[in-house]
Amino acid sequence: MNPTTASSLSEPLAWPEGGVARVPFRVFSDAEIYALEQERIFRGPIWNFLCMEADVARPGDVRTTWVGETPVVVTRDQDGKLHAMVNRCAHKGALVCLKQKENRESLTCVYHAWNYSLDGKLQSVAFRNGLKGKGGMPEDFDPSKHRLQPLRVATFCGLVFGTFSEETEPLEDYLGAPMAKFIARNLGRPLKVLGVHSQMIHNNWKLYAENVRDSYHATLLHTFYTTFKVNRLDMDGGIILSDKKWHHISYTKRATLQAEKEYETVHAGQYQSQLAGPELLRAWDEFDDGITHSIQTVFPTLVVHFTLNSLAVRYFVPRGVDKTELYWVFLGYERDDAAQQRMRVMQGNLTGAAGLVSLEDGCINEFVQRGTHGSPDEEAFIEMGGKVAESNESSRATEASVRGFWHGYRNIMGFN
Amino acid sequence: MAAQLKDAAQVDSATWFRVANFLADYAHRLDDGLIDDWTGFFTQDAVYQVTTRENFEAGYPIGIMLCEGRGMMEDRVLALKTANVFEPHTHCHILGRPDLRPAPDGTIAARSNFSVYRTMESGATELFALGKYLDRIVFEGGQPRFRERRVILDSRCIDVLMVFPL
Ligand code: FES
Ligand SMILES: [Fe+2]
Repeated sequence: MNPTTASSLSEPLAWPEGGVARVPFRVFSDAEIYALEQERIFRGPIWNFLCMEADVARPGDVRTTWVGETPVVVTRDQDGKLHAMVNRCAHKGALVCLKQKENRESLTCVYHAWNYSLDGKLQSVAFRNGLKGKGGMPEDFDPSKHRLQPLRVATFCGLVFGTFSEETEPLEDYLGAPMAKFIARNLGRPLKVLGVHSQMIHNNWKLYAENVRDSYHATLLHTFYTTFKVNRLDMDGGIILSDKKWHHISYTKRATLQAEKEYETVHAGQYQSQLAGPELLRAWDEFDDGITHSIQTVFPTLVVHFTLNSLAVRYFVPRGVDKTELYWVFLGYERDDAAQQRMRVMQGNLTGAAGLVSLEDGCINEFVQRGTHGSPDEEAFIEMGGKVAESNESSRATEASVRGFWHGYRNIMGFN
Repeated sequence: MAAQLKDAAQVDSATWFRVANFLADYAHRLDDGLIDDWTGFFTQDAVYQVTTRENFEAGYPIGIMLCEGRGMMEDRVLALKTANVFEPHTHCHILGRPDLRPAPDGTIAARSNFSVYRTMESGATELFALGKYLDRIVFEGGQPRFRERRVILDSRCIDVLMVFPL
């Protein structure tokens, strides 16, 4: 394979030989590549996760969010229709909405009081006709030519997505049938938000995108998983990649554990303990497919996890080339009874910024960021489970979904 | 749930000093790395929670950390000592003056503000957490203990990760 280049960089990127089994470290710290990603990925032909539909449940609800680095606002108008637009005034570019969530009849910019309807159309301009016959906008000022820049919006199972591109395929095609079906398994009924928080991680956003697809690390780094037999690679499980390979599902069936002696030799297998507070892992079988643990990604920045009964949506927002904000939205179902909700709440300890199994991910990607910074011409070696990106329904001792991410990334970035 | 009792008088001054010393002792032991002493500050069935102002005000049950009973606290300590992987760091608590009032159920309702600075292996010291403690304190054999300690962070965003209790 010949190294190929992307031309809009002042120094073109030559992807290493070895294809998706290699990643040049430059992509994690190059500000030009980061800027190009904003254009080709976040403002490109993909669906970005914006917020939960529950955030904008009622007419007049307004929720601020981001698409890449661009501030975006999602609204529900009085007719119940959802809208998304850039949170940037058509006058001089100030943020129009400042709060994370509120309920409003219309949107007014605080700077010079331009007022927009909930669909982003400009309704009125302060002092348009001047005062006492003096000042005001010119004769040819046409409010219909000015509005908040709209995004296309689509929803699926309580998730709101937006796209800047006219070319983006319909959302369900973008997800593909296997991905959509699994999202529907997990989120396809009335949802209840149980808690939210975020975590600032000091690494490029793609390191988290890789990390969450990395079924190889999960049971090695996250000792708690292994010891308490929540997730191990000697349980039945598998990896499913989408057609473009950039979304994935990794799943585990806990009841199928057949303890392998390989685990005795790694740190993760050494920690022997009975829980002094066993309520932490009290769980019930919610589904009859045997799957007790799953992580699903939707390119570029959405994750849905279901660990035992702990259900959460995670999404991450790039905050600079080496900084990412990771959001956690813990969920239950409206139909849950008190005992079920309590189990979800207790298992909430497993993940999040202080999660007994997930807290390592807060620092591990930063370790890669720090380790690779200053070595842009070196590369990662990603050959566990082979050199290609293919689904594998028999083993998760593989980096197939990580290679899948890079396959999709290279295509959309033109790094082929 | 611990709340301020605005209309109740403060506890008597002897009690106030004992409880204030207890609150300071809790912070100093954590700051000195005596994590094994942590669970001893709680009653057997105590609730310890770290959450955010946003979750607290919305009534959301899931915050950052939740232990119901000392067993779950002991599991946290064991996990951070043997299982969890993180870059070494220390905490330093700065406590505000506590507000201590007798509650109708016989406990003491306490509120105090705190800031916690974190020092990393690199030498960098930064503000890590800021907020308030809402506590219910009881005396067991003459010794004050938390029956409930809710740590309400002002920010929704945790820098890097949280592994040590606050
Ligand atoms: S910038 Fe919004 S009204 Fe002027
Ligand atoms: Fe992880």
